[in-house]
Amino acid sequence: MLARTVRVRLRAPLGRLREFASKADPWAKAWGSSADGGQGQEAERASPRTRSTPAAPQEGGRVSAELIEHLQRLALVDFGSREAVARLEKAIAFADRLHAVDTDGVEPMASVLEDRCVYLRADNVGEGSCAEEVLQNSRHIVEEYFVAPPGNIPLPKLGKQDPFSHS
Amino acid sequence: MAAPILRRGFPGGRWALVWIHGGCRHRNGAPTGPTHGSTRGRSSVAQQSLQTAQKPRKGEHKWETVVGLEVHAQISSNSKLFSGSKVCFAAPPNSLVSFFDASLPGTLPVLNRRCVEAAVMTGLALNCRINKKSLFDRKHYFYADLPAGYQITQQRLPIAAQGSLKYSICTGQRRSQMVTKTVRIKQIQLEQDSGKSLHDDLRCQTLVDLNRAGVGLLEVVLEPDLCCGEEAATVVRELQLILQALGASQANMAEGQLRVDANISVHHPGEPLGVRTEVKNLNSIRFLAKAIDYEIQRQISELENGGEILNETRSFDHKLGCTVPMRDKEGEQDYRFMPEPNLPPLVLYDTSCLPAGADPQQVINIDRIRDSLPELPSVTRDRLVGEYGMLPEHSFVLLNEVGLLEFFQNVMKETRAEPKKVTNWVLNTFLGYLKQQNLAVSESPVTPSALAELLNLLDRKVISSSAAKQVFGELCKAEGKTATQIVSEQRLELMQDREELERLCHATMDEHPQVVMDMKGGNPRAINKLIGLVRRASLSRADPTVIKEILERKLSP
Repeated sequence: MLARTVRVRLRAPLGRLREFASKADPWAKAWGSSADGGQGQEAERASPRTRSTPAAPQEGGRVSAELIEHLQRLALVDFGSREAVARLEKAIAFADRLHAVDTDGVEPMASVLEDRCVYLRADNVGEGSCAEEVLQNSRHIVEEYFVAPPGNIPLPKLGKQDPFSHS
Repeated sequence: MAAPILRRGFPGGRWALVWIHGGCRHRNGAPTGPTHGSTRGRSSVAQQSLQTAQKPRKGEHKWETVVGLEVHAQISSNSKLFSGSKVCFAAPPNSLVSFFDASLPGTLPVLNRRCVEAAVMTGLALNCRINKKSLFDRKHYFYADLPAGYQITQQRLPIAAQGSLKYSICTGQRRSQMVTKTVRIKQIQLEQDSGKSLHDDLRCQTLVDLNRAGVGLLEVVLEPDLCCGEEAATVVRELQLILQALGASQANMAEGQLRVDANISVHHPGEPLGVRTEVKNLNSIRFLAKAIDYEIQRQISELENGGEILNETRSFDHKLGCTVPMRDKEGEQDYRFMPEPNLPPLVLYDTSCLPAGADPQQVINIDRIRDSLPELPSVTRDRLVGEYGMLPEHSFVLLNEVGLLEFFQNVMKETRAEPKKVTNWVLNTFLGYLKQQNLAVSESPVTPSALAELLNLLDRKVISSSAAKQVFGELCKAEGKTATQIVSEQRLELMQDREELERLCHATMDEHPQVVMDMKGGNPRAINKLIGLVRRASLSRADPTVIKEILERKLSP
């Protein structure tokens, strides 16, 4: 019976589909503004000087160069070419079809394990004491410490015209 | 004027009570340098009479300050939050790191039951609503001490929310009125700690130790109901006491077990909230108060001079007494929160909905935890006031000084002296001495038994109170002598023979006829002089009140 209901909804007119595509991201509602770490109390503050998260792709599905740069910085992936961005846009459009389902009043499913409850481990020590093994993967160590550069090395700023370093 | 008992008993660096001069005031003008001890922001919550600065500038406006705190407390447990590595301060680098903590592929988080219990206890102690179902999320950001590239936290649906914490402040002209205020708790969540970075600027590198990575943290988010550094310091101190009483955390700021970040902004009354700055790296309650007060003043003067406040993160340089911008962390952070896919929801039960036949190890009963909560600091203070008749301020001092309450209770066990006298001696003479010598209660040369013995001698009127102070001074030298021994060695016992004392008074009066004449003439100071003379004649072994009584009787016709 459930399957029949779903099928009925999918046959909804295309116009309704478009409407859903430009609806606000439902996850944003759950987490509030993700830009400031979700601390809702800051919502009323005056807007900060730094740039806010670039806008999500609008209807039509074009992803702005600004958003690409933002994603590259956050996820450390390299969208090396225009084809890659086009593929991204197609993937987003494909996923947007999820909006066709009416989810009003339905809690988002965060995990297929949502009917189970997490296993609770007793507070005993049973791991650790393997510094040598843990440090094995690191090419460069100093007196049993991992070595890292002095701070995060920021990605070089890319020009607005051509967001790709190589194409 | 502060009551003497509190001036001496005021623990340095620990904020038992807060002095506010008739409400929160601010001082206009540029910051004059490192010291901002007396500046405050006006409270936006309390209705207090406004006091303007002495020389108002042209176009001066009143300012309201808003301070919000985020407190991270390391949970006191044997193992980490999601792995079985040991939790221990100061161990060889990377020796307490499991494969999961190093975020090697193929490892999964396994939740520690003790950490959940600690979170529930804290939520109950702070009057929160405990969420029977809470969820874990991932908060992504890149930093060398976060090997996974994300921190597992509870942003969406934390374990506890909407609580409150009461604290007391002294107000009024004579700082004698204690006002109880409340700060709202937004939420309490479980999260992972990150590793430790040691910056080696010389060789331009950072050394990373992951011993701390994965240790369970309780993040307590407070609503921005506070208005100044002193209020923040009081709240943090109270939270520290609660966590320590529960055993949920040792909450030692110096060892990094309790970390506080402050969000500060200022605005004019009636206008929207201003841009906030975040101040981090505060490792003592005193610095917390100083940093907040400095930042408030800096923001006010910056705005009054036409500048603007940047939404940035600052740290507190305690040597200079000012906040400085931290290295810019790539502008605004986008944490890309997502549900933690490896952890199902955390479900808690109470007695009414306990599933039948469930494994007790797998089930946490909120009611059972509530019933086994230990006595909270506020209850202890009320009990002290009720049982010993002391003032509320005294109870605050007793709890705020580490080990003092236990010392006091041990003295009470072994002495028959009145509680009020014991309180006075412990808070004034004993604590005053410790403060002067910069000692902790645990380092005291005087044991509870020794003090109890001294107070017993005083109570039985074997010695006078001035002699008792003298004996106390001797006890502090810790030469191994008991109070009784010191009294007999230095012949400090009060004269018990009344007749002998009367003879002594008579003799003294005969030797000083002029003074006697003055007394008869109605000079009130003459009698004190005579008492002094008698005391000296008795080698300070006579009780001045008895002398006075004898003299007065002799002189009345």
